[in-house]
Amino acid sequence: MSDMSDMSDLDFEGWTCPAPLRDTPTVVMGHGGGGQLSADLIANLFLPAFGAAAQADLGDSAVLEVPAGRLAFSTDSYVVKPMFFPGGCIGDLAVNGTVNDLAMAGARPLFLSTAFVVAEGTTMAELGRIAEAMGAAAVRAGVRLVTGDTKVVDHGSGDGVYVTTAGIGVVPDGLRIHPDQARPGDAVLLSGPIGRHGVAVLSRREGLEFGSEVASDTAPLHGLVAALVAGGIDVRVLRDPTRGGVAATTNEIARAAGVGIELVERDLPIPAGVRDACGLLGLDPLQVANEGNLLAIVPADQAQEAVTILRAQEYGEGACRVGRVVAEHPGVVVCRTGLGGTRVLGLPIGEQLPRIC
Amino acid sequence: MCLAVPGRVLTIYAERGTTMADVDFGGARKKVCLAYLPETQVGEYVIVHVGFAIQRLDEASALETLATFERMGLLAEEFGEPSGEPFGEAGREAAAEPDGKSRPAVPQ
Amino acid sequence: MKYLDEFGDPDLARALLDRIHAATTQPWAIMEVCGGQTHSIIRHGIDQLLPAGLELIHGPGCPVCVTPLETIDRALAIARRPEVTFCSFGDMLRVPGSRDDLFTIKSQGGDVRVVYSPLDALTIAGENPDRQVVFFGIGFETTAPANAMTVVQARRLGIPNFSLLVSHVLVPPAIAAIMESPACRVQAFLAAGHVCSVMGLSQYHPLAQRYRVPIVVTGFEPLDLLEGIRRTVVQLEEGRHEVENAYPRAVPAAGNPAAQAVLEDVFEVTDRTWRGIGSIPGSGWRLSQRYAEYDAERRFDVTGIRTDESPLCRSGEVLQGLIKPTECAAFGRECTPRMPLGATMVSTEGACAAYHAYRRLDVAPT
Repeated sequence: MSDMSDMSDLDFEGWTCPAPLRDTPTVVMGHGGGGQLSADLIANLFLPAFGAAAQADLGDSAVLEVPAGRLAFSTDSYVVKPMFFPGGCIGDLAVNGTVNDLAMAGARPLFLSTAFVVAEGTTMAELGRIAEAMGAAAVRAGVRLVTGDTKVVDHGSGDGVYVTTAGIGVVPDGLRIHPDQARPGDAVLLSGPIGRHGVAVLSRREGLEFGSEVASDTAPLHGLVAALVAGGIDVRVLRDPTRGGVAATTNEIARAAGVGIELVERDLPIPAGVRDACGLLGLDPLQVANEGNLLAIVPADQAQEAVTILRAQEYGEGACRVGRVVAEHPGVVVCRTGLGGTRVLGLPIGEQLPRIC
Repeated sequence: MCLAVPGRVLTIYAERGTTMADVDFGGARKKVCLAYLPETQVGEYVIVHVGFAIQRLDEASALETLATFERMGLLAEEFGEPSGEPFGEAGREAAAEPDGKSRPAVPQ
Repeated sequence: MKYLDEFGDPDLARALLDRIHAATTQPWAIMEVCGGQTHSIIRHGIDQLLPAGLELIHGPGCPVCVTPLETIDRALAIARRPEVTFCSFGDMLRVPGSRDDLFTIKSQGGDVRVVYSPLDALTIAGENPDRQVVFFGIGFETTAPANAMTVVQARRLGIPNFSLLVSHVLVPPAIAAIMESPACRVQAFLAAGHVCSVMGLSQYHPLAQRYRVPIVVTGFEPLDLLEGIRRTVVQLEEGRHEVENAYPRAVPAAGNPAAQAVLEDVFEVTDRTWRGIGSIPGSGWRLSQRYAEYDAERRFDVTGIRTDESPLCRSGEVLQGLIKPTECAAFGRECTPRMPLGATMVSTEGACAAYHAYRRLDVAPT
């Protein structure tokens, strides 16, 4: 994926309808007003940028043909700063994040809405890059962007661009994936190396910048889920460890299910770049956000098979087993350290901050 | 207070009258102030705390310490039940002060 | 990371642990002063792997825990001012003042920023001449050189809108205060490795002699901690009380003279109140007269600070190793990591926070 942190101007010539946008290099209040400027923005920025993913009737609502069955429905807002970072941008997160929330219910994602809150003064180039990234991510994920909204706020009220996406997908019959399905003895798996997204974002954050090869892992995960289900794996729990990392996710599952979880430090897939960046800032890789990783709980006797299936999939190459569900210490997650001791992996309180101690 | 990590100096340059360096921490790179270690050369290792090199990392000493630990490990393997005393050459090295004086072995 | 990862080797750790077990014939109580060491001990589960009876007492070596309440309140008062951009290390953001913390002020619209280095704060000051940029200069002797050089730079580059709120604390007076305490149980110290990288070993010999305690300069990685503990046990078992350097790759006996010279110029010794412990004479540094113009305490008149420490909080006794967190009545009830009464529950290496995590658990190490 291209490094979206390059801020050179977009080539408007490549888009279908030119003139009005070139005359307004930045977003102004009128672009959110619902009149001509708004229409221009949709026609000349969003639709071209979304490309093949766009399916816009341009009515007040999108009316959609949805297969029969249970619907999964999810929404999330994306406010990441900086908006552009190694491996992607806020646009990638906005599509993949909601696609993944649907995927964690076992759903096949179908349609997304996209709502933007843009600070006046944001450049068209920035907004266009974000929209392009969303279009590309949507194509990659096989979803359509079907409806949306744009509001513009005073410079200073917002901070660049905030994106909210909502998505719907269909859940196959008979599938019940939920934390309360976890049972002592089950295996805990991860689909790939941890900590990449959080480190990539921090490496560009003001006040902390550091040089790093680590790129965000933002990616759509529903293919992985579908492969597991198709492979006959009894997928009991699925979560994607975003904010708060694996620590937050395992704690939430442990509490919801009333079980204990034990992770084995030696088995955790932590890339060297993540380990070194965390060492520099005093962060725990287990608390660092991921955006293209899933945590699955499956029966122990299917763990090996599940890992094999994941590793054969795009985005699952680094899959591995990292721990197990236990009956002891319900609600508590414990990490067996490299030395053979134990430490309790607590639920992170708020965002992890670099430390000096 | 004490989170400081060792890194290798990649480049050294002056910035607004202060000696700065680009330091490599295995993969993460950061700009570091070298004002407190003016003799540092490119390729050497420094210990960095909140953006400042506070001490040089003595590579020879690091390797020696590791070698001592490895000998302890090997001795433990060889002799099975480990004894508490720093016995033999390796043990005396392990207990030596930086000034080179040795400690007597612990009586069993 | 080279010269770091190797010192976490589990097999070598096992060998060191075996030696510690073999060397220990009676109970001992060792205090590690540095919060970074406490963090590492807990993170690797080291204290669970030591022989029963070999106790590690977590000392007051965490600037988060010991920054006086009045200083926190002063920082908060300054951070609330509309013209101020308040910069701080991440550690301090959730430390509770009498009311609020920096995090709350940030969420209420205050310009509070986390930075990695005090030089970042100076850069912000240079780029924003219309803002008053204040850096929260906490920490032990390890961090003081960075803060000192930043003030020197501010003067040299002529950046008037920068100031430092200083609350440095010193290790040797803390060791003395702990040993002077009548209920003291500490029999030996692991000295803070990176403090000694700066200050050297000379201040510790008089302490070892006066209080007859072994003081072993110790690093932070598992093998370093275990070796520091091992050497301490050997001394205790042999009845010796000397200063030993178990971290020679990072600590020359003389420390860093260039840093010491700048510290001498920029700071002067002062009495300092340690939160929960009280005033320890000569245990802190403040900006010297020469640098008074960069002192945030003088620049911002923050009078009328009325501190309001929770009467239930016994973190001072915990910090000195006099009581265990579980012996405090508020522990786990009025005081939890989410609603901390004192700093020892806030910081990840605060003893109370560490115990709170363990208390729910009874897992035997393999």
